Amino acid sequence: MAILLLEQALNGLQFGLMLFLLAAGLTLVFGIMDMVNLAHGSLYMVGAYLVATLNLATGSFWLALVLGVAATATLGMLLETTVLRRLYQRDHVTQVLATFGILLMCNEAVRMIWGAQPLMLNPPVALAGPVELFDGFTYPAYRLLIIGVGLAAAALLYFLVVHTRLGMQVRAGASNREMALAMGTDVQRLFTLVFGVGAALCALAGGLLGPLLAVQVGMGESILILAFVVIVIGGIGSVRGALLGALLVGTVDTAGRTLIPMVFETMVGPEAAANAGPAVASILIYVLMATVLFFKPRGLFPAHG
Amino acid sequence: MVDLHHPLHLRWSVPTLALLVLLPWLAGHFGAGFYVGLASRILIFALAATSLNFILGFGGLVSFGHAAFIGVGAYTVGILMQHGVSSLWIAWPLAMLAAGVFAILIGSVSLRTQGVYFIMITLAFAQMLYYLAVSIKAYGGDDGLALAGRSTAGWGIDLGDDWHFYYVCLALLVTTLLLLARVLNARFGMALQAIRENEVRMAAIGFPVLRYKLVAFTLAGALAGLAGALLANQSSFVSPSLMQWSQSGMLMVMVILGGFGHLYGGVAGAVLFLLLEEVLGHYTVNWQFGLGAVLLAVVLLAPRGLMNRMRKGVHG
Repeated sequence: MAILLLEQALNGLQFGLMLFLLAAGLTLVFGIMDMVNLAHGSLYMVGAYLVATLNLATGSFWLALVLGVAATATLGMLLETTVLRRLYQRDHVTQVLATFGILLMCNEAVRMIWGAQPLMLNPPVALAGPVELFDGFTYPAYRLLIIGVGLAAAALLYFLVVHTRLGMQVRAGASNREMALAMGTDVQRLFTLVFGVGAALCALAGGLLGPLLAVQVGMGESILILAFVVIVIGGIGSVRGALLGALLVGTVDTAGRTLIPMVFETMVGPEAAANAGPAVASILIYVLMATVLFFKPRGLFPAHG
Repeated sequence: MVDLHHPLHLRWSVPTLALLVLLPWLAGHFGAGFYVGLASRILIFALAATSLNFILGFGGLVSFGHAAFIGVGAYTVGILMQHGVSSLWIAWPLAMLAAGVFAILIGSVSLRTQGVYFIMITLAFAQMLYYLAVSIKAYGGDDGLALAGRSTAGWGIDLGDDWHFYYVCLALLVTTLLLLARVLNARFGMALQAIRENEVRMAAIGFPVLRYKLVAFTLAGALAGLAGALLANQSSFVSPSLMQWSQSGMLMVMVILGGFGHLYGGVAGAVLFLLLEEVLGHYTVNWQFGLGAVLLAVVLLAPRGLMNRMRKGVHG
């Protein structure tokens, strides 16, 4: 039982960190530019496809990951300068419509280029097996690596946001955009940069999760909704809130998926548990979000003053 | 200047209606009887989009979970039919009632939040209902629920007949539009639009803002439930995919495409969206790419939707 709990805790941490990579970019775009971006999940999908393809072409997972992340960041900045920039001044409804359009176009473009079949992306051979963390407890090496990279990315982002001049401008923009503008921040350059960083984090998450989940069209949508839940729980515009929200959602989702069917099994028998368990687990994070919003309508760490 | 009055535009809506009444004959005459089914589908989505437009366009409530109410309505009809209740006169009002009750419950929690948080919490509730539908294996779960047939109406109306079904859909859409025009031009509609423009001021002069919004939200939910009941009949099938978030997104797209805050905005959007889907789907399997491009173009070129663009064109 203790082993199962530990394993679930690690799985939850791993999923939570990946959610954070997506949510961090989303919350900054949302908080600073006041922009609802439904196409954020598409960057995650495009990133995963690029990494998978480059992995086949170069034979090196790491090279593919670096190149894929760089390419997606470039693509993100290109998207920002050509289309999204025109949407900042518009209302949320319009932004939803436009980015929904971009999302559809991305999905179809990927389907046209790579076909409807899911792509295979294998983890590096050295990390394919499990490692024994201590006596009697083994854990897949690749998942450990994801946790490591996720933690490193979170730390780097923290340093970037809290200890650099650029990060200061980003925080200023999130808490009061007009004031940041008036104090002489080059907002246009800042927006493009933030968008590029967000896209890079998306691609990192996509590339890392690729070997665990299927690389397929539509993979961005399901995770996008989770990322939105994360940033709403954490408070829009707050990176700290995104981290906490992501870990919360990751843990609740993962634990719910294994523990709830077990609890149900003792209560209502195995058949009903197998039927209702997974769905109840999926509902859990939305209950969590509704509860948080009921008591704190602006999330746990509201960025705006 | 915001236009608060929403006339029926009888000068062109009556000829349009006449055309719609004649449509099955025209389609039959040109050997395109198949399109009566498509036309019914468009009318149903026009009803659903109109109900969303009522809260989104006139109430300023950007609900991202409207498909949930369609799903509740559809499932009510499906579940009742599984238990042998197929009468339209029982099932459809119950579908509206069930959707309305869910709307009251969801609305009384989510209407306390503002802006983006409202968008997200309505989405969260819709997702909950989606997963609930997936989990109930007795009513098909993930695979959905096939209906034995269409609802029975009596009085010589046979919903199994495509023509009859088309006229029922048309009658319900017209009734809904008349009802909403009446509501919007009444005191309630004025207050609702005023709340959209300045909620704090309305609260300050003593309007029970939350109650107004909740009533509008519930009415929209019930109408969406009716659309769901029709949709379940049209395809003789209900499944959780009716409640997927992309369905809510699609309804929102229809409203914005057609023109939010215009009485006929939802209708125009549904017609345009589904025809676009049909035409693009005819030429290429990658029709969604074209649809996405059109959406982007509309946003960049006709920011307030097509109906409002036309209105602007008429009045200078």
